[in-house]
Amino acid sequence: MHELSLCQNLIDQLNALVLQHKAIAVSHVEVQAGMLSGVEPELLEAAFAMAREGTVAETAELVMRKLPPRILCSACGSQAEVPPNDLRCPMCQASATELIAGHELILARVELVRE
Amino acid sequence: MCNTCGCNITEGNRHLLTPVPQTNLLGNNPARVLNSLMEHNDRQAETNRSVLDRHGILTINLMSSPGSGKTSLLESTIRRLDGRWRIGVVEGDLETENDAQRIRALGVPAHQITTGTACHLDAHLVQKGLAHLDLSQLDLLFIENVGNLVCPASFDLGHHRNVTLLSVTEGDDKPAKYPVMFRAADLMLISKTDLLPYLGEFSPERAETCLRNLASRAPVFRVSARSGEGMEQWVEWLSTELLAYRELLKSRKTMMPQVQSEGRRLHALAPEITFRPLAKAD
Repeated sequence: MHELSLCQNLIDQLNALVLQHKAIAVSHVEVQAGMLSGVEPELLEAAFAMAREGTVAETAELVMRKLPPRILCSACGSQAEVPPNDLRCPMCQASATELIAGHELILARVELVRE
Repeated sequence: MCNTCGCNITEGNRHLLTPVPQTNLLGNNPARVLNSLMEHNDRQAETNRSVLDRHGILTINLMSSPGSGKTSLLESTIRRLDGRWRIGVVEGDLETENDAQRIRALGVPAHQITTGTACHLDAHLVQKGLAHLDLSQLDLLFIENVGNLVCPASFDLGHHRNVTLLSVTEGDDKPAKYPVMFRAADLMLISKTDLLPYLGEFSPERAETCLRNLASRAPVFRVSARSGEGMEQWVEWLSTELLAYRELLKSRKTMMPQVQSEGRRLHALAPEITFRPLAKAD
């Protein structure tokens, strides 16, 4: 989708965290992208490799976790992993489900290098 | 990422391509580093939304494939409303002023955003567009997004409702093929229904089933800008939303598309931070 501009946002957040925690650099970044987030992990990895040049994240390892959609069924209460285009409850077939994972695009964890 | 069409770079985020190492573009409040990667766009969207709310303008993001009939729907809607509400339109296209000209021909203020190569509108582009309209003279604003079923749904523009068109000349399984876009719809309009007699393969029921399989509770209306079918129902929906919006404003609340408010709840957390000591060289 728009992986390069997302990376710029990511670098910006990493800069802010380095300043906030008086760190020297970023060593590890974990991003979670749900299958319904509109972002392709492989493309974000490729964009990050370019975007991190000359920044505090220059040698940071980016780990992308692609999260499958997960629903909570309002009818029978079960939770289940489902395909992105069929969010019905696999147990009772209800379409009254709530998406509890799979649409997020978040910076989950950052490891900073300090003296 | 697409290198050839540069589709992810817009005027709104071009400045982010040349990183300034020590500048914190998020502002001088590092304690508020949140975990969303859409922070730049979302902050601008929030600003847009509060500007629109200050003027009480219900704003609809109209999305679809290219050629599904968004502009024709707007023309037909404007004629039908006949001045009942003060309407404004922001048009998004890669090139030409054609769509904005069609709207202006009906006496309605319209501003055209030509994105060049960007395949979607974002909050920054919309902010620039809003500056060209007299917001004190509007009740209802339509943002006709770039024709595209992939990217637009992911960008909060500062609007209140997402309306997605699916024309009968397209496949009726489109909601299954483009789940991100169709899940984002607060209303799905099946357009060009005057052509249904010639298109036996298109089943409106199947299109609605595909939408329901996305756990969407959005209403589905069949409309034809040409014959007028369903237009009354569409206008009534707009009327209900406008009333609901005005009520919310009275309690100092705002209205967000279902999918965007979902996203916001998720992104209001901070990332987990861990530390590693600097490795000493031997």
